[in-house]
Amino acid sequence: MTDDTITIEVDGKPLQARKGQMLIEVTDANDIYIPRFCYHKKLTIAANCRMCLVQVEKAPKPLPACATPVMDGMKVQTRSAYARDAQKAVMEFLLINHPLDCPICDQGGECELQDLAMGYGSDVSRYQEKKRVVKDKNIGPLVQTEMTRCIHCTRCVRFGEEIAGLRELGATGRSEFMEIGTYVEKSMVSELSGNVIDVCPVGALTSKPFRFSARTWEMTQYPGIAPHDGTGSNIHFHVKHDVVKRVVPAENEAINEVWLSDRDRFSYEGLYSQDRLTVPMVKENGVWRETSWEAALDQVASRMQKPVGATASQLGALISPTATSEEAWLMQKLVRAAGSNNIDHRLHQSDFTDAAHDPAFPWLGQAIPELEQLDTVLLIGAWPRKEQPLLNLRLRKAALRGANIMVVNTIDYDFNYKISDKLISDPVTLIHDVAAVLKAVSEISGNKIESGKLLEAVVVNDKHRAIASKLAAGKKSAILAGNQFMAHTQYSTLRYLAGHIASLSASSFGYLGESANEAGCWLAGAIPHRGTGAKKIDQPGLNARSMMEQKLSTYLLFNIEPELDCANAALAMASLQNAETVIAFTPYKSASLLQVANIMLPIAIYAENEGSMINVAGQSQVYSACVPAQGEARPGWKILRVLANRLGVAASEYQSVEAVRNELNTVISSVTPDNRADWVRPEALPSVPGGILRTTEIPMNSVDTLVRRAEALQQTADVADGAVHINSNLAGKLRLNGSSKLVAQQQGSALELNYVLDNRLPDNTVLIQAAHPATSALGAWFGEITLRKL
Amino acid sequence: MTDQVKPVLSEHARKEIDHWLAKYPEDRKQSAVLAALREVQHENNGFLTTELMDAVADYLGMPQIAVYEVASFYSMLETKPIGRHSISICTNISCMLSGSDAVVDYTEKKLGIKTGQSTADGRFFLKKEEECLAACCGGPMMMVDHVYYENLTNEKIDAILEKLD
Repeated sequence: MTDDTITIEVDGKPLQARKGQMLIEVTDANDIYIPRFCYHKKLTIAANCRMCLVQVEKAPKPLPACATPVMDGMKVQTRSAYARDAQKAVMEFLLINHPLDCPICDQGGECELQDLAMGYGSDVSRYQEKKRVVKDKNIGPLVQTEMTRCIHCTRCVRFGEEIAGLRELGATGRSEFMEIGTYVEKSMVSELSGNVIDVCPVGALTSKPFRFSARTWEMTQYPGIAPHDGTGSNIHFHVKHDVVKRVVPAENEAINEVWLSDRDRFSYEGLYSQDRLTVPMVKENGVWRETSWEAALDQVASRMQKPVGATASQLGALISPTATSEEAWLMQKLVRAAGSNNIDHRLHQSDFTDAAHDPAFPWLGQAIPELEQLDTVLLIGAWPRKEQPLLNLRLRKAALRGANIMVVNTIDYDFNYKISDKLISDPVTLIHDVAAVLKAVSEISGNKIESGKLLEAVVVNDKHRAIASKLAAGKKSAILAGNQFMAHTQYSTLRYLAGHIASLSASSFGYLGESANEAGCWLAGAIPHRGTGAKKIDQPGLNARSMMEQKLSTYLLFNIEPELDCANAALAMASLQNAETVIAFTPYKSASLLQVANIMLPIAIYAENEGSMINVAGQSQVYSACVPAQGEARPGWKILRVLANRLGVAASEYQSVEAVRNELNTVISSVTPDNRADWVRPEALPSVPGGILRTTEIPMNSVDTLVRRAEALQQTADVADGAVHINSNLAGKLRLNGSSKLVAQQQGSALELNYVLDNRLPDNTVLIQAAHPATSALGAWFGEITLRKL
Repeated sequence: MTDQVKPVLSEHARKEIDHWLAKYPEDRKQSAVLAALREVQHENNGFLTTELMDAVADYLGMPQIAVYEVASFYSMLETKPIGRHSISICTNISCMLSGSDAVVDYTEKKLGIKTGQSTADGRFFLKKEEECLAACCGGPMMMVDHVYYENLTNEKIDAILEKLD
């Protein structure tokens, strides 16, 4: 092996370095600090701030450490008078136009320029002339600009181009008139835009919701886990006076690197929503009144005791997949002790056939960083850019390295990297497309599967063959299933087809993961057909869908708004309305719960809660409460423990959430994830109906109770709009124009709705987003729908 | 899923851009951005609009902001409406030594505007900070509507501007 290691000398100390490394990387690795503004380890080198100038022996002038490759025997002085002079001179230049009013700047106290000016700035400014002033632009609800403070380091510009893949900010103008901005007045739409706040070394780009609400030194930092997708991004809560003031990313190379999605960054606002439930409430004769925990739990216990025995199966529990593993585990323990197996967290799933071959939990199929190494990826029913923004970053890196990323979707989504092959069709044709790819893979690879007559009539075209041949040729390929795949009414058929594509093409098969703790809920046993640790249950209970179809007498809901969270909201609301008892463990007084529940128990969530969550890659992460629960709200595990004791289920031994976790972990830690199985072959592929079909997505900022209440995020474009999305051909056929409304009819319910033109859709497909009260009465997410102009 | 909106770029402009595109590799379309903007500006009375820049961005497959950056950087590209006749007086070293400051002064007073401004009647636009136009031997000089005029005197300037409508 050729030796890449060389030795350089910095400030008299010999250091080992790799050939080709930049000087600043070597000094950073050895804890020698060189001041910098434009250098950022995750971005390309710009060398435009000049702050990192150092003295290099034999060089005729100071050199920027960020752009100077190391050479064997190089002798560097970072603190010599020569280097200091250069650094101080640069600082004086930077401060020429920068305002010297740190006390009124939101960045004050955590500003890289302020910090370095303390070390390298002069006490007195020699500058007499007028300072440059730049007009601020409104770039949306999340990022506040104060561009007079900008020092043109271009980190934000490079972030947009290199990481987010969406160049929204740029440097317009020249010299004295150069400005960073969007040039035209428009909002940033990147799902990662908040990261420019972190990369900005000064107060030019700051957080709009946080602005002027606290100073760094007043806040305490606590670790946490982001709860909105299966990635499990690491975060820091910044807390002042027991209030979460903001959320910033915590570095974890194996998960979120140094980034955070906007959803994870700004959702904390939802904690302080006006409709928080702060005391237990019971409904008596149709009127809600507050009550004590004692009285509320007595009522819950007596109502839950009723169904035990002959009618035990009349008890059903739905738990949000954002609940902690401990909560999920105690909940299933409670329900099962009451004699029922009716517990589920798969609120968005509608097809539960072939449950016997479900994986232990829907696993990513690889570690998160391995996504970067893939050379061929087939995404099915997926839009990771908005659904799992940080997994998408990894896929983007793969794409930039030349990987073929291919999609089969019902909506022609906008990706921030090149898609090599694309099949866009209605939700039923999508199945045929996947089947055709399977057939093509089988033909190309020569590997056969026992598919019987299933694929006989499937027509393979060149597009299918192109995808299949890339998968077959790929050295490290993956089939990744997205949120729509999981929610599809033919999920098991899709899984059979996609899973076999994976095995025939030697690809991995993975799920991108929709919610923060799906894996934890699966492993804890919050599913009807498996106990804790994926143990098979002989007499499976009812799944999320059947629980609603069979109209039970008692329901437990844990952090769920049925109208917005259930795959068939109309059915869910009808069943809950019809039930004798609905007990809601909820952080919010949701409109739909006020309507259907009998008892509401206030739970602590997010920063107020404690427990563990398991991400889509199977990494279990623990977090603790960092702010007190509001009012009389309590962590779910404590409520469930007390309830268990009242119902005679032994749980009182748990003195802490650790105790719960330790016991849970003894069972689940031995489970190794595997998505492969001998799936049951579907009888036949569904035939494509002639009419119009509905497809559904949940926009990224409408996915759960917390984010739906985060004010700033609700002002972005990524929220459910309650309209019918329709392409211009279909709109033309229906003679829609201007402000005309239409009537959408699905499974017996008809609604008057607005429409929006959306040319990402095929001609026979309309998109009606879920998680919006205006459309929830329509029922199932996929299926035939009739439209007519009003 | 088709767009039936009338294209913003004229057929001639697209042809011209295609001519330049042919000189660069397929995946380096943005190399043609200067030529594209110059042509589009020429067809639009000497200045660019956001709509036109967006159209160029679309045509070349560039982010819109990247085109704004180019357009706002180069002094030969205008991003605001300007007068019909564009006057650029060189103020670089040779011309400066032969008296370009006085030429700028005289022209400003004559037209009643400062450099960077257009006359109220929309007749003239006086460019700001024009750099060397490579006619040093004839300094002081200016370029009016792409035509060079050298060895300028006040009378000569009067005569040149007089002829323009």
